[in-house]
Amino acid sequence: MAAGKKPRLAVWKFSSCDGCQLSLLDCEDELLAVAEAVEIGFFLEATRAQVAGPYDISLVEGSISTPRDIKRIQKVRRQSRVLITIGACATSGGIQALRNLSDVDAFVNMVYAHPEFISTLATSTPISDHVKVDFELRGCPIDKYQLLEVLNAALNGRKPDIPAHSQCIECKLSGTVCVMVAQGIPCLGPVTQAGCGNICPGCERGCYGCFGPKEAPNPAALSGRLLELGMDLRQTRHFYRSFNTNAGAFRDESARLESIDG
Amino acid sequence: MAKTASRIIKVDELARVEGEGALRLRIRDGVIRDVKFRIHEPPRFFEALLRGRIYSDAPDITSRICGICPVAYIMGASQAMEDALGVQVTGPLRDLRRLVYCGEWIESHVLHVFLLHAPDFLGYEDAILISKDHPELVATALRLKKLGNRILEVIGGRAIHPVNLKVGGVYKIPSRAAIRSLRDELQWAVETSLELVKAVSGFEFPDYSYDYNCVALKHKDEYAICEGRLVSSAGLDIPVSEFENHFGEEHVAHSNALHGASDTGAPYLVGPIARYNLNFDQLSPLARTAAQEAGLPRKVDNPFLSIVVRMVEVLYACEEALSLAEAYEEPDEACIDIVPAAGEGFGCTEAPRGICYHHYRLDEQGRITFARIMPPTSQNQKQIERDLWGVVERYMELPDDKLKWRCEQAIRNYDPCISCATHFLKLDVDRG
Repeated sequence: MAAGKKPRLAVWKFSSCDGCQLSLLDCEDELLAVAEAVEIGFFLEATRAQVAGPYDISLVEGSISTPRDIKRIQKVRRQSRVLITIGACATSGGIQALRNLSDVDAFVNMVYAHPEFISTLATSTPISDHVKVDFELRGCPIDKYQLLEVLNAALNGRKPDIPAHSQCIECKLSGTVCVMVAQGIPCLGPVTQAGCGNICPGCERGCYGCFGPKEAPNPAALSGRLLELGMDLRQTRHFYRSFNTNAGAFRDESARLESIDG
Repeated sequence: MAKTASRIIKVDELARVEGEGALRLRIRDGVIRDVKFRIHEPPRFFEALLRGRIYSDAPDITSRICGICPVAYIMGASQAMEDALGVQVTGPLRDLRRLVYCGEWIESHVLHVFLLHAPDFLGYEDAILISKDHPELVATALRLKKLGNRILEVIGGRAIHPVNLKVGGVYKIPSRAAIRSLRDELQWAVETSLELVKAVSGFEFPDYSYDYNCVALKHKDEYAICEGRLVSSAGLDIPVSEFENHFGEEHVAHSNALHGASDTGAPYLVGPIARYNLNFDQLSPLARTAAQEAGLPRKVDNPFLSIVVRMVEVLYACEEALSLAEAYEEPDEACIDIVPAAGEGFGCTEAPRGICYHHYRLDEQGRITFARIMPPTSQNQKQIERDLWGVVERYMELPDDKLKWRCEQAIRNYDPCISCATHFLKLDVDRG
């Protein structure tokens, strides 16, 4: 970034629900300060104004799911000094990656009367499958305070303080009683990365995996416990198959359970 | 602009909407040849990927259709499943649902009115630029929007994709103290919304009108949000389960959204104007008076006035939320007991953008065998194209850049959620 000049920010959208970029607009108390600290070069959800690249920081929401997306993400990468993906779609392929397990033509036929109008890939994949990504921010949706931390870090050229440990650690740190131990509620917390503020256990609900696998998880051990708690193989498999269905450890564990189920 | 010129006006990437879309207009010799929305938001196949899942997965999965109105999906899916499984949520749990839905209306409407739509009326590229000249206005709007999110957090646990709502009720009962803690800010919000209705009504509104066939939910006791029968200005009055007998989807080549159309193939209108026109008498006295003082006619036919109607609905939602928060008593049970079974169910609620319809079939284990969802923006899409046609005819004399902006403004009248419709916009005006 040139001295004295504001860093230029771009926000890009691929296949997604818009919720992660909305997190930026949901920073009601910080939005104007963020807008003061950067030059918004491209952010379609917020402004018509566009400044041509290159961009100092690009935030990328959404997964790659069409032939056009593949070309577009290459262009975004070429124009971006730092590329940060935001949310489960961009970092793992999102809920729409459930199609990776099925015949996409059957999906198109199920939803659309004229499948020939639809241009789509057979898979929904994360941005990092296609271009180099400098940082991946997890969540479905992302946590807005983690987003501010990542932006702050990028603006100051430091490493963001985003823990890769499990939800369990977060529950312990906040004094939330374990819902699985105390109440026998199935919970993905032991294998899921922290970051949401352990909101589900706080609501007496098991974690359902919005932030994807934690570092070095052991899902096979967790699946054993989930089965003991009364989930059947199909329910356990589906537990891993949601917003991060295509994230390595979740994908592999659900495939393993499927092979047992036959 | 000479009438003999050939013009192509296009917007490749429509801004200040949720999702990806484009518009293309083709005009020759001063006559519109074609108006097309393109939705290139990639298809995500929700209806297909729900098959085989247990009924209780539907609210969380469908909420990911839209980050701006997740409650509409959670609630519509829950209601349809409850219908299929023969249970009904009543009493304080029902009140909680209405309260959290008010939170979504406030958050979504204020986002649209001030951050996405007001810049068109005030001639700014975005709300950040408005804040340079009118810092108080933007700060007030952000505070109001934050309150909407706060309601979602207190009841739902999270503003975007709430976690505490489920088929049959909630996971954890919000405490009386937590709900009561919303009251002070809601009192501020009612007064502030009144002022903001006035502020928005002072905008300059382009001249265009259309005799809309409005479609909305109607409830015997209240301004319909979470439930009701479907009524229209053409005299339709049906239960939600008959929706598909009267409305359909068309799949057109230029869009990944399925366009909604009535059984006659004619466009129809859902959303704030439709609700206001059909249910005006059920607004609160304060909201009715505010609407009249803002100069809104009893029947709104200028779509550019939607921004005022949206703000009147914010006022109503704040009042309604305040009275629900004041009356709130904790329910005895967090959730109704549900036994999975085969069945078919229908659900429909008033998302901020209009009716959002759900239809599911379950097998005997409670697994989904069929899913159909009609988001409001899909239903409005045909009407949006019709409006654009009329707006371009009316404002043909404008130079391309002004005409283009006017078209964008006309599209934003609908607060289109392209992610929902999967499906939206580049303006591409071809005058050749």
